[in-house]
Amino acid sequence: MAERPALERAKNFTEVACGYRLEDAQREAERCLMCPDQPCVAGCPVGIDIPNFIARIGAKDYRGAYDVITDTNLLPAICGRVCPQENQCEGVCTVGESLAPVAIGRLERWVGDTAIAEGWASSPYIEPAPYRVGIVGSGPAGMACAADMAKAGCDVTVYEAFHQPGGVLRYGIPDFRLPNDVIDAEIRNLEKLGVKFECNTLVGRLFTIEQMVGEMGYDAVFIGTGAGYPTMLGVPGDSLNGVLSANELLTRCNLMRAKEFPSYDTPLPLGERVAVIGAGNTAMDAMRVCLRLGAKKVYCIYRRSRTECPARAEEVHHAEEEGVEFHWLTNPVAVLDDGKGGVRGMRCIRMELGEPDDSGRRRPVPVAGSEFDFDTDLVVFAIGTNANPIMGQTSGLKLNKRGYIETDASLATSLAGVYAGGDIVTGAATVIEAMGAGRKAAASMKSYLGIRDTELPYVTETRGGAGKLFGIDLRERNFARIRVAAPTQP
Amino acid sequence: MVEAVQEADFEIVRREDFSDVTYLLEVLHPQLARAAKPGQFVIVMSHEHGERVPLTIADFDAKRGTVTLVIQAVGKSTREMQRNCKAGTRLYGLVGPMGEPSHIGKAKKVVCVGGGLGVAPIYPQARAYKQSGAYVIGIVGFRSKNLMFWEDKFRAVCDEFIVCTDDGSTGLKGLVTEGIRQALAKHADVDELVAIGPPIMMKGCAEATRARGIRTVVSLNPVMVDGTGMCGGCRVKIGDGVKFACVDGPDFDGHQVDFDDLMARLARYRPEEKKALERWQEACRLEARKA
Repeated sequence: MAERPALERAKNFTEVACGYRLEDAQREAERCLMCPDQPCVAGCPVGIDIPNFIARIGAKDYRGAYDVITDTNLLPAICGRVCPQENQCEGVCTVGESLAPVAIGRLERWVGDTAIAEGWASSPYIEPAPYRVGIVGSGPAGMACAADMAKAGCDVTVYEAFHQPGGVLRYGIPDFRLPNDVIDAEIRNLEKLGVKFECNTLVGRLFTIEQMVGEMGYDAVFIGTGAGYPTMLGVPGDSLNGVLSANELLTRCNLMRAKEFPSYDTPLPLGERVAVIGAGNTAMDAMRVCLRLGAKKVYCIYRRSRTECPARAEEVHHAEEEGVEFHWLTNPVAVLDDGKGGVRGMRCIRMELGEPDDSGRRRPVPVAGSEFDFDTDLVVFAIGTNANPIMGQTSGLKLNKRGYIETDASLATSLAGVYAGGDIVTGAATVIEAMGAGRKAAASMKSYLGIRDTELPYVTETRGGAGKLFGIDLRERNFARIRVAAPTQP
Repeated sequence: MVEAVQEADFEIVRREDFSDVTYLLEVLHPQLARAAKPGQFVIVMSHEHGERVPLTIADFDAKRGTVTLVIQAVGKSTREMQRNCKAGTRLYGLVGPMGEPSHIGKAKKVVCVGGGLGVAPIYPQARAYKQSGAYVIGIVGFRSKNLMFWEDKFRAVCDEFIVCTDDGSTGLKGLVTEGIRQALAKHADVDELVAIGPPIMMKGCAEATRARGIRTVVSLNPVMVDGTGMCGGCRVKIGDGVKFACVDGPDFDGHQVDFDDLMARLARYRPEEKKALERWQEACRLEARKA
């Protein structure tokens, strides 16, 4: 797929990967063998019927391809851009055993973009259900859950603390990877399904989860608040002016549009040299954003080697092309003060790979005496995040030892009717995993509410009435919630 | 009876100017007014290109359905709001209440100190302590008498009320620490002191109580972006650790706070602030010339 040339694209925020044209999509679709195993379907965290949508492209039924994808994943234009396909569908593709795998992600993206351009929306007839569902957080987990619950006929409201919806898709992933208009288009599709978005709402503080299922009358609630609380560097000098988390840099740049300061009010002073600590997707985004904001030199400091680097392969590749200087097997020791409370440079130490740790990866150990200093103006750290504390502070939800919300296998929390998924349950992960969690929680919520899930095959009744009570199938639960009238406010 | 979700429209229902730099906005947001507690803050965006500005809630009225913000026009954003935010206009973004509410404990005798902009948010604290049954000594500081506001409101909730002015035009001449010295000299049994104001003032208040070991609570005001614990921009050094003022605070133990670190970090964007203000003032001049 065509990409914009590295040196030219590193100067602005226009999307890097150009996307397929119709001929490219048709040609790529023909490469699929339609193999009987279909490992790609199992490789997809949400189980999209990949061979089916590819077959529709081959049959020139592009609208049909969109319908197949959106049966499972309502956000193809987003996932096609940000999924780590090399670890998922494409990683297990049969064609990929001897040739390059079928470019499933690019095909999905092409279908999603075509749908946006043509104005297609998945608006099937929806049988209304008398239930109100509240979703906390408008990121990928919340959006996926909202889509499923809306398709099941519920009255869905999504609450977002920021002034614009999208969660990490909006504030975290930069425009050159995921343009804001794609997010806006997908949100409009959700609104066409009847989902309501309420921004400027900090759930937990404006009202609590208990209030939602109590006096506010929600029959079920899904929490997808994410795990944004950044881990600090923890070295001397890490609170100097000029040291900031990648989350802060990305929020200023993407959500608050600091790249257009001063016509947008939020500033983001950069200097000429930036050192980014970490090598995950967030770190890659931070590095490439700094290049585009005018940094002359951007360094990546990572304590392990390139093979252990957790970022998506395409992002590391793009970062290398755009001129990021990678320092593998290097760890920060201190941030150096310029005498005025700002950053002058950093002291780092070289690392080497030792014995494997619990995760199976070889643990990096410092090489004694290998400290060195280098000059830099800005230090950005992207070394991991923790659970957002607000849900734990404001509700009786049970948390696990690390502060994430504890759930069972069905994603139910300790509060009846309240479910949770995505990073706030698992810790930092990917967009598609969050969406998978949102869908899984929706299936559990439908079961809890007694909504018959038309996608599940029901076992035919056995003789003797087993599985029935008074002639009514036990799975067809008649559900009534008793709500005690709240005392009126003083 | 299912309660409908309130549609917040962020309308400014009242505007009052205390001086040529200090002004009050009363914003309609019934759900926020019901949820707000002393010590909490909101984040405001006055228009789509604006920045996220954290402002401590100065008052909240569940019956009227409003929250009150008292703002000082210092830089581009607050001066622009001073010019544009009249009664009947709307804010683009308003989210809250944020932060952990102040812990109004079992203190029997409390000193509530407000300096500069901190005068407004110390009012709901003083009121809450009064409602909890404590003896409240209120101390407020202004540069001079003509900048004073809310004297009647304070007198209504304080058992003793001390005003300090830099120029001595009314009350005690001196900083609020002078008022604290006087109050501590008179009362040997002060349980707690709450101070809100510029960092240098809160640092002074913490020093004034350290020797007596009086529990001192300060409300920190670092630069913020999201306000929901997601970016770490508002990190503050408390004792040996690091906390985020937006979710772990904004109240902290004044004797544990590293005020020098806070003040250094507040200076981070001075060049950009200066540039933004100059640019805006130039734009205003051009506009005035056209008119």
